[in-house]
Amino acid sequence: MNASVEPAAVTATPVRPAKRRKTLPKPVAFLARLCRERPLGAVGALICLLLLFTGIFADLIAPQGYNAINPIDRLKPPSAEYWFGTDQLGRDIFARVVHGARLSVIVAFAATTLSIVISALLGILSGYFGGRLDMFIQRLVDGWMCFPDLILLIVAVAVLGPGTWQIIVILGLLFGIAGSRIVRGAVLSAKQNVYVHAAQSMGASSTRILWHHILPNVMAPLIVLYTTRLAAVILAESGLSFLGLGIPPPSPSWGGMLSLDGRSYMFQAPWLAIIPGIALTVVVFGINMFGDALRDMLDPRMRGGSGRYMARVKRAIGV
Amino acid sequence: MNMKAQDVTRRTLLDVQDLHTVFEKDGNEVHAVNQVSFDVKEGEILAIVGESGSGKSITAMSLLRLIPSPPGRIVGGRVLFNGEDLLDLDDEKIRRLRGRDIAMIFQEPMTSLNPSLRIGRQLAEPLRVHGSVPKEKVRERCLELLRQVRLGDPEKRLDAYPHELSGGMRQRVMIAMGLACLPKLLIADEPTTALDVTVQAQILELLRDLVRAHNSSMMLITHDLGVVARYADRINVMYAGRIVERGTAEEIFHHPKHPYTLGLMESMPRLDQAPGSRLTPIPGQPPDLSDPPPGCPFHPRCRFAEARCRSERPPLEQITDNHWKACWVDTDAKR
Repeated sequence: MNASVEPAAVTATPVRPAKRRKTLPKPVAFLARLCRERPLGAVGALICLLLLFTGIFADLIAPQGYNAINPIDRLKPPSAEYWFGTDQLGRDIFARVVHGARLSVIVAFAATTLSIVISALLGILSGYFGGRLDMFIQRLVDGWMCFPDLILLIVAVAVLGPGTWQIIVILGLLFGIAGSRIVRGAVLSAKQNVYVHAAQSMGASSTRILWHHILPNVMAPLIVLYTTRLAAVILAESGLSFLGLGIPPPSPSWGGMLSLDGRSYMFQAPWLAIIPGIALTVVVFGINMFGDALRDMLDPRMRGGSGRYMARVKRAIGV
Repeated sequence: MNMKAQDVTRRTLLDVQDLHTVFEKDGNEVHAVNQVSFDVKEGEILAIVGESGSGKSITAMSLLRLIPSPPGRIVGGRVLFNGEDLLDLDDEKIRRLRGRDIAMIFQEPMTSLNPSLRIGRQLAEPLRVHGSVPKEKVRERCLELLRQVRLGDPEKRLDAYPHELSGGMRQRVMIAMGLACLPKLLIADEPTTALDVTVQAQILELLRDLVRAHNSSMMLITHDLGVVARYADRINVMYAGRIVERGTAEEIFHHPKHPYTLGLMESMPRLDQAPGSRLTPIPGQPPDLSDPPPGCPFHPRCRFAEARCRSERPPLEQITDNHWKACWVDTDAKR
């Protein structure tokens, strides 16, 4: 069926027993599977890679920088010289979108990582140890979630002031605390598994059980959480910047570009809004597709690919 | 049968005295295990028999203090293992004892293995936890264990995930995990319930042979009297959280005295039965343990019940050298 079922290395040499029978190195095999079973996920992965690449090498791709003003070439439509046109100050939109990608990458990864760490910590503490600690943490989370996100964001920005790291901390906290519920649920259900009791009956300590039996079970939801949050953080950052609460100009945040410049010149120079809009849409779509594919493939319970499974089911019922 | 140990003078390995475990449910106390006493001798296979909800599994879990708490609580009794009371040990000491001195095999091979870890890693867990084997020897020992439980192609199985194995194969892995640290006592909680009949026999024979080979003892928890008859030395019959009859396997099978045991025997198909005759079920349901009937807990379902049974609970009394029962009625005379 797949690589793992092929016959074992014929005879194990006593000196160095054959450890893996896989023919391809793991990441390559994984990528091959991704392309075969989840083509849309592979497209998503490509978009994510492109985003990362653009973010990292922004200075090489657009060496003139995001803030180079050229008053003569104001509001130029897309052309060979300015691929994506220019804005009201004559700044190259291409350069700004490219540098905006860097900003998005930094904010997205930092805030999402922070949020996942917070979610995992709170969720595992709450779910695994339960009792009073669970009660205490959950009431705090309840209290936090009573406030609409936007209100919390506005208050936090008002207190901390606008800026990149402030946005990272605020979004990390916001998504982290809300996400802890999902992790807690996953931990609670993982805790019920017979193999957790079995591990206890073997004398495994709490740390060991958490690490070996609970965490792998929580990994699948964590990865899904991570990828969906990645997209959500990018959207939230853009939203905040759109409202003027995010990263202040002249930083090339996609949301900011949509708002200040995009809205004002919507009719004279629609590319000002369309280009960052497309960038946002494509990136969010790509991350989501990649996230879905990862979830389906990383969960050992879904090994073999749900696509193939569905095909088998369909064949069995004669559809 | 010829392998059965007849020697009753062997040393006692586990001595359970008046074990009492309650669960709190909606403010009520459910006495899941009620004043249960029994012992396990060295090298013996002891069976605990009873229907679902009779407290067999809770008894086993209580021994290792694995009762989820809350809502469960062990409220009384002593569990002497090699003379040491397990209920008095601190958490760290009991943890070190689990899996090393007393190991447990669970009833659901399909769910007792972590689906996201390779077999090799799970099998190594008890070895790593207790450090019984130096790290570089762990893999070797795992292979040896898989060979002992007669799992074909052990090299390949170590790298497999649980879903790649059948139920019987997984149960073999579970047994290998149970035996990894050569425990003195193995608790097998319905080890074959989820398996095909043909595989059941293989697994039980394997368990018996391995336990005998290591000179360990085994507590076999089951509701299957057929299993008990073939593999156990002595039998405890549990009903509603109490032991109602105890004796050697021969005694219980050939001369059952308690009406509940009689009922169990009659509800089981036998080869010497007249063809076409019906099985006799035990009428009614096991009692609600949060509100048990007064007197003998079995009296509402008992065809021999007398006035005394409804008011006074019979104690577990010795009737012959190797036979105890908790019943007021002389069932032999009434039958």
